[in-house]
Amino acid sequence: MTSIPAPQSRLIPLLRQIGGTVVTLFVTFLGLLMVTFFISNVIPVDPVLSILGERATEAQMAEARERLGLNEPLWKQFGIYVGNTLQGDLGTSIRTREPVLEEVSQRFPATLELATLATILGVLLGVPAGVIAATKPGSFFDQSTRLIGLMGYSMPVFWLGLMGLLLFYGQLEWVGGPGRLDAGYQMSLDFELTQYTGMILLDTALNNRWDMFANAFSHIILPAGILAYISMAYISRMTRSFMMNELGQEYITTARVKGMPERRVIWVHALKNVMVPLITVIALSYAYLLEGAVLTETIFAWPGLGSYITDALMVADMPAVLGGTVVVGIAYIGLNMLSDLLYRLVDPRARV
Amino acid sequence: MSTLTTWLRDPNPASRMQSRLGQSYLSWLRLRRNPLAMIGLLITAALLFVAIFAPLLAPHEPITQELGRRLLPPGTPGNILGTDDFGRDILSRILYGSRITLYIVLLVILTAPVVGLIIGTVAGYFGGWTDTILMRITDIFLAFPKLILALALVAVLGPGMENAVLAIALTSWPPYARVARAETLTVRNSDYIAAVKLQGAGPIRIIWGHVIPMCLPSVIIRVTLDMAGVILTAAGLGFLGLGVQPPLPEWGLMISAGRKFLFEQWWVATMPGLAIFIVSLGFNLLGDGLRDVLDPKSASK
Repeated sequence: MTSIPAPQSRLIPLLRQIGGTVVTLFVTFLGLLMVTFFISNVIPVDPVLSILGERATEAQMAEARERLGLNEPLWKQFGIYVGNTLQGDLGTSIRTREPVLEEVSQRFPATLELATLATILGVLLGVPAGVIAATKPGSFFDQSTRLIGLMGYSMPVFWLGLMGLLLFYGQLEWVGGPGRLDAGYQMSLDFELTQYTGMILLDTALNNRWDMFANAFSHIILPAGILAYISMAYISRMTRSFMMNELGQEYITTARVKGMPERRVIWVHALKNVMVPLITVIALSYAYLLEGAVLTETIFAWPGLGSYITDALMVADMPAVLGGTVVVGIAYIGLNMLSDLLYRLVDPRARV
Repeated sequence: MSTLTTWLRDPNPASRMQSRLGQSYLSWLRLRRNPLAMIGLLITAALLFVAIFAPLLAPHEPITQELGRRLLPPGTPGNILGTDDFGRDILSRILYGSRITLYIVLLVILTAPVVGLIIGTVAGYFGGWTDTILMRITDIFLAFPKLILALALVAVLGPGMENAVLAIALTSWPPYARVARAETLTVRNSDYIAAVKLQGAGPIRIIWGHVIPMCLPSVIIRVTLDMAGVILTAAGLGFLGLGVQPPLPEWGLMISAGRKFLFEQWWVATMPGLAIFIVSLGFNLLGDGLRDVLDPKSASK
């Protein structure tokens, strides 16, 4: 017996997909925690020893062991770990004895600011470069953007940072050095500024401290520019290939035959359709920048999440390292999923 | 020579080897037309050459310290690229460092693609639950920030070259599994696999002998494109002091040593970085060209 399916609203399949995405998100999140849990358990250092020090008595050790749940079977320990993480308990830093979550959330805005500015710059440069390259394939412009992009893929980001400092800070003195502000302004940051967001450019603007804004800008522009270069390499390459694909479509020919100006064909008609897959690419490069910031932040003494992780690494502060890893991992997974969802929302063809 | 090219171009090859060599020859002709790819090939060949003959090419010992000749600028007679803070010749250290770089790259490309190939082909060939579970694991690893995971792994395992290699390999196999699975799905239901099956071949033999060879071209392209990434990650770990340990002349480590006096003696940090840049660019140019030649789908035409 066949029955004609009742007309459904388009919302239900979409909701089902979102539900599926949430399940995937959770499974991936569990996977992330499984890996960090595994890492923290193969660690050769006894966690009890590192908390109590070497002079603790046998009884104190046993008591701490019990309290930390180290006598439980491994799967139960993992359950406790997942539960703690879901409640926002990422452990306590060995170095500072502060909760890791608190320290990480203080550091996060600096990384967010850096990665956001870099992505904005990368999109502003990369998308037009990719579009122009696609309209004149094989031209000098096309070849040089390709080469510049490949060069971006080939340079160690920490070396690029050092060279940037050497040239623009040491020689030309165009930009501020390491850190987010000059030392003088650093004081007024803590005492005179209301910190709304933790992102210096926004905070200084909201406080109407434009002198400080200019100083902060001179500090952020070099690391952001370097990260932007790397994301531009990726974005321009992808834009070019999407655009090439789009320009071969029949509706483009139709528009041209109708006598539409070429500029309008490319920048309005074709680009509008290219924006859909580009959203995915931009979200991915944003996620990648959160990670790429690790080495850049180390070079520029940028007080973000990346330098938090590397600083903690140097003193073997494993709770801090793993807590930072979990936070970056969650941001990374979240951005991946978000790009997937956006893609489905924007592109009707992806809604099955 | 001309008889060789006629033999290679023979439209009716007499043996399987002749046909294969003829195919490679045609690919080579196409690759030769791409100047950027040829530059990449040249750089890669130079890296191999330098790594093999480092003791003959290097003017000084890479590790011997000569404190009387500290921090000499580039162009000093006997030390063309200058010396570092222990009076070691930077050029010699870079030349010897190519061995470490090549060693790391080889170890990674002998492990990560193999693991990825096995997981991908098994998942694609068996399908069903095997596929779902293996690909879910792959996706989980793909969703991780690679460098940070490698950092955390090395932090636990302890710094050192072997652990750095292990960490890089553990974080770089998932894309290979994806590629191999996609290729497997396209050949799984083809007639020749069915024929082999009818002859009584088991899954291991089919995957090993008939599926994996079909996946190799796409995996090789991916490997060439990944090599630059491996070099950069290894250098990053070295830079943070988590990879190769001093006094070995690893390029990332050399940059971090030069960081202390970047503004006074710029060459100590600059020169090894240039070496990394040139070598990675070589791999990227070659990989880009190879992809255009071997994989017509993604050719940039």
